[in-house]
Amino acid sequence: MNIIVPIKQVPDLVEELEIDSSGKDLDREWLKFKVNEFDDHALEEALLLKEESGGTVTAIALDSNDIDKALYAAAAKGADKVVKVTGLDGNVSNHEAAKVLANAIGEMSPDLVLTGVQSVEDRDGQLGVLLAHYLKAPHISVVTGVSINGDSVTVNKEYGGGLVAEFEASTPIVLGIQAARETPRYVPVAKVRRAMRSTDMVEVAAGEAGVSAGTSISRMFKPEGGGSAEMLTGSTDDIANKLAEIIKSKI
Amino acid sequence: MSNNIFVIAEHIQGKVEDITYEMLGKAKGLAESSGGEVVAILLGSGVKDLAGDFAANKVLYVDDAQLAEFNPEAYCKTIESLVSQHTPRVVLVGNTSQGMDIAAGLSIACDMPLVAYASEVTLNSVTSQLYGGKMSVESNIDGDRFIASILAGSFSADAGKGSGATLEDAAAPDLSDLKIKFTKLIEPEGGDVDITQHEVLVSVGRGIQNEDNIPIVQALADKLGGALSSSRPIVDSKWLPKTRQVGKSGLKVKPKVYIAVGISGAPEHIEGMKDADCIIAINTDAKAPIFDYAHFGVTEDLFDVVPALVEKL
Ligand SMILES: Cc1cc2nc3c(=O)[nH]c(=O)nc-3n(C[C@H](O)[C@H](O)[C@H](O)COP(=O)(O)OP(=O)(O)OC[C@H]3O[C@@H](n4cnc5c(N)ncnc54)[C@H](O)[C@@H]3O)c2cc1C
Ligand SMILES: Nc1ncnc2c1ncn2[C@@H]1O[C@H](COP(=O)(O)O)[C@@H](O)[C@H]1O
Repeated sequence: MNIIVPIKQVPDLVEELEIDSSGKDLDREWLKFKVNEFDDHALEEALLLKEESGGTVTAIALDSNDIDKALYAAAAKGADKVVKVTGLDGNVSNHEAAKVLANAIGEMSPDLVLTGVQSVEDRDGQLGVLLAHYLKAPHISVVTGVSINGDSVTVNKEYGGGLVAEFEASTPIVLGIQAARETPRYVPVAKVRRAMRSTDMVEVAAGEAGVSAGTSISRMFKPEGGGSAEMLTGSTDDIANKLAEIIKSKI
Repeated sequence: MSNNIFVIAEHIQGKVEDITYEMLGKAKGLAESSGGEVVAILLGSGVKDLAGDFAANKVLYVDDAQLAEFNPEAYCKTIESLVSQHTPRVVLVGNTSQGMDIAAGLSIACDMPLVAYASEVTLNSVTSQLYGGKMSVESNIDGDRFIASILAGSFSADAGKGSGATLEDAAAPDLSDLKIKFTKLIEPEGGDVDITQHEVLVSVGRGIQNEDNIPIVQALADKLGGALSSSRPIVDSKWLPKTRQVGKSGLKVKPKVYIAVGISGAPEHIEGMKDADCIIAINTDAKAPIFDYAHFGVTEDLFDVVPALVEKL
């Protein structure tokens, strides 16, 4: 199978998020980026499928912050090819990103496209589903298991409460991966450095997007939420005492 | 264009999901503003009785053997065909496992903008919860028509229950040549512990760092006579069984006391525990969204405060 894995860099939420002066976006200057965690799962699932049934795995990404490192890391883990789509502003809507990726992936005659199921900033919809529609391929999201039987695939999709639906599908198909069957593999930095020297990154110019999200952000703000939590302060000992009292009073 | 508000009803194993009623309740307000009607879209086989308590003006149902179980391809085709024919002003879809397969494709097929992760909707703006619940983002719609995919738990389900909707049978498009076939539902394996039955849950998240540290939180659960539950990454790492997962793709719990330890409070987690009587959050990040839902919060390192608490009990 020819398996394509699109990869995206997302802001690391461990860092403090600040809003920029426009009031409509994150202040991206000091943001730390990391690979979307579901992409690690998508790549893992792709590599497992390749190990079981053969084929090739291609990681592809739109040019953006630190994307080279992310693509080389994919190569170090076992991706056969890495492709960077250039010439598009990194911060585009998902409709545009999906259209441009569809232009590039459509040329690659994919059997399986495994995207991450979602990310933390896909305001205009999950990219995998949009991509499938531009590729005119079917799509299943929230996938927790894939196996290949000849020309078709068996796909597990998860609902609430751990209930799982099983589907049989023909290829090509786009799958939004929630979790790989195995914990995503880890690569040491040294191996990524080696991959950086030995991997030829293919660059492809972004084709026309010609689509838009049809909405614009008017305001970004930190949720007030209930904001109701009573914060317990003092020494660790004081806090433990207070917590113990609260818990005892509730049960 | 009509001024109607469409709600894509969701059901599984013969039961209507709460998100459907939440959306129907919200749609009522939107329809009052738009001057249109609330129309529920119900797909399945032999399902029209499920609509008996829908607070809608009309239920447009499609009865077809190919729709008996959710199938992303068949459902997308059918909904796209209904939305193209009836041109509603607004379509509300759940931001759920099923809804995620519907909303974005519908946006392209029917050329309607989509705003996802919505927690508030008016006729011209939608508020989304992004960045794991750390940011709210308000979107303006370019035209009049749009799709919003709604985070479960955003609205009251009671407001969407009622009676008196008229039922109208709609035809399915050609579903003879599907590339995706449903084969079966797989029930989760029963676990040793049923976390929905416990009055005290100690719930552990990625802040615990590694599997070897799990006994630290287990000790607290044991001391309280409660059970240990968790966020999704703990289960995906196989440190705890699936039956312990709280949230959107896990279980909904409502204990007397829920102690979230090293859990950030992403919307998918909040969905499963926000109705607990008393929520206590322990998280070193004072900005973690979990504190917006907790009754009591502690910003100390869990590795200090949890053992100290075990001592005091
Ligand atoms: C379709 C779908 C369904 C999902 N379903 C679920 C679901 O059912 N349940 C679920 O939980 N998630 C679900 N998720 C995942 C969800 O989006 C989040 O990724 C997940 O909830 C995050 O888990 P976490 O809070 O443990 O980890 P993180 O978000 O990584 O948070 C870890 C927290 O620990 C804190 N911390 C770190 N060190 C310490 C310390 N020493 N002491 C105290 N605190 C510390 C950090 O400040 C951080 O806030 C789903 C996602 C998708 C896409
Ligand atoms: N710019 C991008 N380049 C490559 N893949 C992307 C990009 N944006 C999204 N994806 C893919 O789509 C998945 C879901 O992301 P999204 O829906 O954009 O939040 C990601 O995990 C990636 O697999």
